[in-house]
Amino acid sequence: MTDLGIQAKADDLKPEQAPVKDRNQWWDVWDQFRSHKGAMAGLIFLTFITLFCAFGPMVWDVDPGKLDIRNKDVRPIYVAIWDVDAKTSWARPMGTDHLGRDIMANIMQGGRISLAVGWTAMVLAILIGTLVGVLSGYFKRLDWGLMRFTDLVLSLPILPLLLVMMLLFRDPLRAAFGPETGIFMLIVAGIGITSWMQTARIVRGDVMALKEREFVLAARSIGTPPRRMITRHILPNVLSPIMVSATLGLATAIITESALSFLGLGFPSDFPTWGKILFDSVDRMTAFPERVLWPGLAISLTVLAVNYIGDGLRDALDPRIRGL
Amino acid sequence: MLNYTIRRLVLSIPTLLFIALVIFLLLELAPGDPMGQMPLTIPDDVKQRMREALGLGEPWYTRFYLWLYQFFVVEPQYWIDGAFGTNFADGAQRIISFQSRSPVFDTIAQRLPQTLWVVGMSYVVGVAIALPIGIISAYKQYSVFDQAGTFVSMIGFSVPPFFSGVLLIVIFSVNLGWLPSIYDTTHVVVDWETLKFQFQQMIMPVMVLALQTTAQVSRYMRASMLDNLGQDYVRTARAKGMTESVVIMRHVLRNSMIPVVTVIALGIPSIFGGAIITEQIFKVNGLGQLLILALQGNDIPMVMTITFLLAVMIVMLNLVADILYGVLDPRIRYD
Repeated sequence: MTDLGIQAKADDLKPEQAPVKDRNQWWDVWDQFRSHKGAMAGLIFLTFITLFCAFGPMVWDVDPGKLDIRNKDVRPIYVAIWDVDAKTSWARPMGTDHLGRDIMANIMQGGRISLAVGWTAMVLAILIGTLVGVLSGYFKRLDWGLMRFTDLVLSLPILPLLLVMMLLFRDPLRAAFGPETGIFMLIVAGIGITSWMQTARIVRGDVMALKEREFVLAARSIGTPPRRMITRHILPNVLSPIMVSATLGLATAIITESALSFLGLGFPSDFPTWGKILFDSVDRMTAFPERVLWPGLAISLTVLAVNYIGDGLRDALDPRIRGL
Repeated sequence: MLNYTIRRLVLSIPTLLFIALVIFLLLELAPGDPMGQMPLTIPDDVKQRMREALGLGEPWYTRFYLWLYQFFVVEPQYWIDGAFGTNFADGAQRIISFQSRSPVFDTIAQRLPQTLWVVGMSYVVGVAIALPIGIISAYKQYSVFDQAGTFVSMIGFSVPPFFSGVLLIVIFSVNLGWLPSIYDTTHVVVDWETLKFQFQQMIMPVMVLALQTTAQVSRYMRASMLDNLGQDYVRTARAKGMTESVVIMRHVLRNSMIPVVTVIALGIPSIFGGAIITEQIFKVNGLGQLLILALQGNDIPMVMTITFLLAVMIVMLNLVADILYGVLDPRIRYD
């Protein structure tokens, strides 16, 4: 019985173990990543929600801002299962809000903005964090100053300051860049410059450890200048902690943007984001709980997916675990 | 250790000054005008005099200095006067809110108990749930319980409080009708019936905030326990024939608590951030709601003071966490 099992397993493994040409380490990472069920489920969901928001509006060709008072307060289609008299319509599968705007179109449009804010703010935070971390880990002269600065920023009360920034700079930026672009820039910059500190600390620690390794000494002994040292030897080796903190950063950025919108200090109401839709629906949640449910589920599941991807990446990028 | 504590305390003064400056300049740079909501019929020269009455005519460094003076000198004097009936303050100018024209600290003192009740209770509940989960998850690693614990903490990390709170209201207030959805701060506990009501109205906001704490602390607890369970001293303890409960609860737990205690201390500021949102959902009139209202009303002294108080708390708790780490773990010496 056991022999058979082992035999079967060996057969399964055979195609993978066959020598493959051009097999770099990213294939190993991918194989390890694939074995993490939660991470795969997360990746599939993230891909699905991204495609849903990016290409959904092309298929579901309804203007999210179009008012249709005659068809207001339509319940989602599944309500018809237990309540035949409910106002449902196949033309509005997720229902409409109190002004007759289609909820599915709004969720798609809101997801576009929420995800775009999340990704851009995360990239900004990672760029700042990596820059500060590498500079302070590699150049001893800068270390003290940069790390004290990081500590200072870490002691700032982030959420109140973000609220202050939103409230105070909203109008001038809106006037300067138009309503959508202005607020987008403000939110992305706000989240980006308040969430790079953890990345900077992790990167700094790793760079300091790397600096003492022999290959760095070897590279320096043949006269590699610091700039090429960092780009060729240091950065590729700190890529994995950066990727892991990028996933965490994406999750935090999405939650922070929704929190700001939820407090009424994010995008104006004609630009739906998931947090904004949730905020607008809270007043009517007694009669229409589904309107809270859709955007809330979208936020939570996306963040859950991203967190699981981060978990899987951490395992996959750790060479001590990989291949077990 | 004392030396280290004093050095850190002294170092925290420039940190706090810098933070105060950042907040002040941010509010200063901002184009918002506290006179913006006054009627347009007020003539310009009257408006100018009103601005001067609010103290807005002076250059920013004068106002920054005056604010610092009021915060660190005048307000403590009023506290001492209030507590001991002395007269140090002698009618000096206090920090006045633009909106209510009353001293900022009086309003904060009115709002603080509600926030402390909800936030403090949720933190205690969250930690009390997290510690056993972390211990059992580590002891039975990869068991069903561990998997479930991991999943619950993933949920805690992923579901934002503004969704979990709203979801709880929909389920328990709207559909089941068991719990009130609005927190009644005027409610006074006098007998069992009112105590029961107090308990009912606190359970949802407390659980929403506790979920966040539980998720974080239980992860740290588990990781820390796992680190220690593999150590040699655990094997020695077992080899000496100690019972499993003594090994776990006395030896492993004590050593694992060291990093967890600092995580617990460092997590307190972030739960106040979560309280801003939770108070908005459950309509608790605490500090978070006060901050939001002050922000919307361009009430600069109020915003400045609340934000700075939060910063003071963060800096102090960082200090407490570092000192606790040294006290609990004699191997760590800062000198």
